[in-house]
Amino acid sequence: MVELVDAWLKGAVLEVQEYVRLQVHAIRGVFSRPFYFRDVVEQFEQIGVGSLTVVLLTGFFTGAVLALQTGITLDQFGARPFVGRLLSASMVKELGPVLTGLMLAGRIGSGIAAELGSMVVTDQINALRALGTDPIRKLVVPRVLAGFFMAPVLTIIANTMGILGGWIIAVFQLRVASSVYWTSVVDGLYLDDAWMGLIKPFCLGYFIVTIGCHVGLRTSGGTQGVGRATTNAVVAASVAVIAADFFVTRLLITLLY
Amino acid sequence: MSVETSGTATLAKPDAQEQPVIVVDNVSLAFDEKVVLKDVSFTLLPGHTKVILGASGSGKSTILKLILGLWKPDGGTITVNGQRIDTMNELQLMEMRADVGMVFQEGALFDSLTVGENVAYKLFEESKMPGDQIDARVQEVLGFVGLTEFTDRMPSALSGGQRRRVAIARAMAAKPGILLYDEATTGLDPITAISVDEEMVKLRDMESVSSIIVTHQLRDAFFVATHEAVRRKDGYDIAPADALKCDEAEFIMLKEGVISFEGNAAELRASNDPYLKNFLS
Repeated sequence: MVELVDAWLKGAVLEVQEYVRLQVHAIRGVFSRPFYFRDVVEQFEQIGVGSLTVVLLTGFFTGAVLALQTGITLDQFGARPFVGRLLSASMVKELGPVLTGLMLAGRIGSGIAAELGSMVVTDQINALRALGTDPIRKLVVPRVLAGFFMAPVLTIIANTMGILGGWIIAVFQLRVASSVYWTSVVDGLYLDDAWMGLIKPFCLGYFIVTIGCHVGLRTSGGTQGVGRATTNAVVAASVAVIAADFFVTRLLITLLY
Repeated sequence: MSVETSGTATLAKPDAQEQPVIVVDNVSLAFDEKVVLKDVSFTLLPGHTKVILGASGSGKSTILKLILGLWKPDGGTITVNGQRIDTMNELQLMEMRADVGMVFQEGALFDSLTVGENVAYKLFEESKMPGDQIDARVQEVLGFVGLTEFTDRMPSALSGGQRRRVAIARAMAAKPGILLYDEATTGLDPITAISVDEEMVKLRDMESVSSIIVTHQLRDAFFVATHEAVRRKDGYDIAPADALKCDEAEFIMLKEGVISFEGNAAELRASNDPYLKNFLS
């Protein structure tokens, strides 16, 4: 029993050590040569444009269902016209970043882990090194940059779609006047809320991508190992999104409010 | 020279004129309790071939990964082109690898790149060679392995033998002086395997590439060791090598991480070691 705990603890410490090393190596790679610019552009396209559909749909339906649910509750207080205020605050501060993060964890985290994991088990990573290429600079740095910068952009798109979805429900289902809804949306937003909604996705995007890369590059055990790595990456990135959201929110409340 | 020991093989003494391109000296490696290599020593002379034989799990591929600096040994030293590589950092290793190519088991071609892009990879990404020269070199090496018409195909559209030949083309594109082959013919049908063997012989004899071949395919190992490429007016011929040429190919037999035999093809065939006899039968 003691041996099992000992082995588990050693394994956990090793994982943390390797994760930190990967991040240090990747951050150093951002600011030094060689820099694989074409791969960066390709990853921005894959992570950013490729995730657009899922983010658009998630944002839209989240806003719509939020308007539906809160409309019923607000009715009890005769506050139906305030649905826009509630919706914009919820989407921008919390739901937009977190749901976009979770969608990206599912789509990007799994994709990166599967791709890099396959490259590991088929010796392509070793082949890269044999050909004189640093796999971190070639594979990890472009993904980290793309995840870090595209997550906020996708979050803004999700927020916009959410508020639009809410508007459709507010106008056609709750019978709230369009002008009242939009006024309420603007009234519900403060500058600090916007900052919070913007800063969080940078952190979430970073964690999703670095976790995907770390799990992918540590893959072992053939195709079965790739499947395991993919699952682990999604689970770890999803938990990281929720946990990081809490800690970053706590920090930003202290700093901004 | 024949060394038949149950433990460490003596380090070969190269001709003073010919400095070895690779020196592996008393190298050991273990993963946790499992000893993979124990006091392994050998040298590779320029233009020569070293064939490493052994059963699965005997540590053959591990030696190649150590020579390429992908792994670090627990003990001993490895020298490539006169530079000790076991103490190098990754950046220094990248420079060392400029003169070393490796053909991986199953090829390890990049799935997302075409055959031409795979072959051009090192020149395109890690050198400043102009694009037209890269294209010319890609066509040259693909022509060398007989796959010019496959330039725009994806690796998934190739057969096993074609993938290995593309892997050889990729490894030789940057004109390395040393090539390491990891089970380059394993899993191939005999005809395809012979075509890959011929590429290895051609590279050694026509491009003066020093090579280490890891395999447990005896037929392929003996073919490379006992044949040579002879230049003709309209190309080349693969013909049986003379005794002097055969001596340039040395065999190493690994048994549980230890060298149990070192010598040429004739000495290997004549060995009375029961394990070797069993392996060769």
